[in-house]
Amino acid sequence: MKIDALLRLMRDTSEATKLTLGDWDQIIRLARIANVLARLAEDLAVAGLLDEVPQAPRDHLVAARVLGRRQRMAGLTEIERVRDALSASELPTVLLKGGAYLAANLPLSRGRMFGDIDLLFRREDLPEAESTLILHGWNSGAVSDYDQRYYRQWMHELPPLTHLKRHSVLDVHHNILPATARHPPDAKLLLEQAQELPDMPGVFVLCPADMVLHSACHLFHEGELGNGLRDLSDLDRLMRHFGKQDGFWATLTERAGLLHLRRPLCYAVRMCTTMLSTPVPHDVVRELRRFGGVRLPFMDAIYQRALRADHPLADDRWTALARWALYVRAHWLRMPPHLLIAHLARKAWFRWTGFPEYPTSEEEVPVQH
Amino acid sequence: MNPESVKSSPLNIKAPATLADLSSSELRARLKRGELVLRSGPIRTAIRCARDDVAATLWSLYGDYPIEVPGGFADFHVHLRGTDLLRRWIKPQIIFEHDGHAPFLSLPQPQAFALLEWGMNWCIANYCHQYLMVHAAVVEKDGFAAILPAPPGSGKSTLCAGLVHRGWRLLSDEITLIDPATCNILGLARPINLKNASIGIMRAYVPGAVFGPVVPDTKKGTVAHLRAPSESVKRVDEPARPRWIVFPKYEAGSAPVLTPMPKHSAFLQLAENAFNYAALGRQGFEVLGEVIDMSDCLSFRYSRLDDAIAIFDDLAARARDSADIAEEADVA
Repeated sequence: MKIDALLRLMRDTSEATKLTLGDWDQIIRLARIANVLARLAEDLAVAGLLDEVPQAPRDHLVAARVLGRRQRMAGLTEIERVRDALSASELPTVLLKGGAYLAANLPLSRGRMFGDIDLLFRREDLPEAESTLILHGWNSGAVSDYDQRYYRQWMHELPPLTHLKRHSVLDVHHNILPATARHPPDAKLLLEQAQELPDMPGVFVLCPADMVLHSACHLFHEGELGNGLRDLSDLDRLMRHFGKQDGFWATLTERAGLLHLRRPLCYAVRMCTTMLSTPVPHDVVRELRRFGGVRLPFMDAIYQRALRADHPLADDRWTALARWALYVRAHWLRMPPHLLIAHLARKAWFRWTGFPEYPTSEEEVPVQH
Repeated sequence: MNPESVKSSPLNIKAPATLADLSSSELRARLKRGELVLRSGPIRTAIRCARDDVAATLWSLYGDYPIEVPGGFADFHVHLRGTDLLRRWIKPQIIFEHDGHAPFLSLPQPQAFALLEWGMNWCIANYCHQYLMVHAAVVEKDGFAAILPAPPGSGKSTLCAGLVHRGWRLLSDEITLIDPATCNILGLARPINLKNASIGIMRAYVPGAVFGPVVPDTKKGTVAHLRAPSESVKRVDEPARPRWIVFPKYEAGSAPVLTPMPKHSAFLQLAENAFNYAALGRQGFEVLGEVIDMSDCLSFRYSRLDDAIAIFDDLAARARDSADIAEEADVA
């Protein structure tokens, strides 16, 4: 596997003292593309190494840290607003991913950049949650009827809701995988184990094992590779943080079985240990290996390429193919073949003909002279 | 170039220290490979561009700037390139990329150099949050800086160009960088972007002034870049202390009028002109407050450059005198 300077530094922060200016040039570029620059800066600061970095690259780390801290403040404020809106309707605020790490003040939230706040509701609460959020200014805006149906009938989330004034975006889920997936997990199991945050009454996060499983499922089932390396690093930190708790690994593998997520967990563990040297007990690695399927060595090779910073400096000749293969795989897992073919054919048709998929306002109101 | 590295070079071949030390073919070759690393103040930009017209403009406007050995650190890697094959023949367009990502739409080919300048400014404004950045020109005399924040059309760049050709030092024409740790202002000393009538005015005002290509019909009208004075480029690493914040306003036929401005409204206007005041949060508030505290805040109406420069020189003289008095008081 090609190891670039960024991966080396993410594995071991103390490498920072051994790097040349040429290495730093690559690290800053790769980390910026991969959206981990602020996280790297916070890590170096915690390790007391930020001041050891030569000034030119340090300036970029400091700048990224400024943005990370700003986002942290803005994120917490927005989470409180969501909580206040939902509590008026006596709905719990269950946060997923970035928002959850932040609200729970987990170490991995330091310098983690995120755009949307992800929320999880019981399916039967979804209509009320949606109307409550709309009442408080979050709106789904211009989405075509097809997309509305695509989301509501097949997906595990609503079309994103954007706040009219503050432009914050909420992703409202009723599950962590689409209803059309082969074995969608039972969202009730996730919600039953959700934990209320002592510092933020009314705000819940998934239990540690489920947090790891959701992160793994997002990356290795849904094929969301836009922030692949950042998300892999999330998994690394979650496992490092919770791995020290008694019984964590046993619960993790047990929950993975219950939620039908052993395969994504298998990939997560393999990639974390290979790429980021995450300490995972050997018996866990061995036990999960069975669930990787016969294509495991092949998938290893693909993920090792696709999970790196999306930059020519990190690519080899197979990287583009690997990303494409995972894109196709994610859609394959997402829905049964007849739906998939119809959906992709529709997207391709609009792309090919150049017709706007969404009618623009000019077309809706023809101007007559 | 420091003398030691000259000595240690086994063949005693001096590495090129400024862009003008490169032959024009070496300049083009480095640009083609993306290995021209140009330094302006604290910012190093690696530029890739296969166009000879851009190379020629860099040659005429950036000759005094230090260049760095390729393979080291560059703050930004930018690439100026043509768009797809078809557009190469029909109305050719140019696109600016920062490390593979294009922040703007493409522009017609004659605007290539201007696009590079705007792109380089975009990189700074978008990423350099280690500084408080204000959209303002800034010039220096005797270590004291005058910050000139103003909306486009206020004559900020014209005034700045006039001052730096009459004894003031250019720190920056577009972006004022303030170091939050010291409140010092760091210079960039890049070429000055002039628009429309200002181009003719400066040609007449500075005999022998060197301009990049004059490009009509841009989004900002006709634009041209004026070479920064060599002295300003050579002294770019000398920081300056904020001393005046002057909001200029060009008004045809007006006599020069300098009006003191309440500090609170100067604060608000400066914050409004800052690129990253909100991003810096509390630090932004504190740094801006300090800058305002140590500066005289003024609004300034003018129509003739010579009048304006006389007024600025008078400000500088008074600052010098009061500094002398303070020093004598210290000695006493």
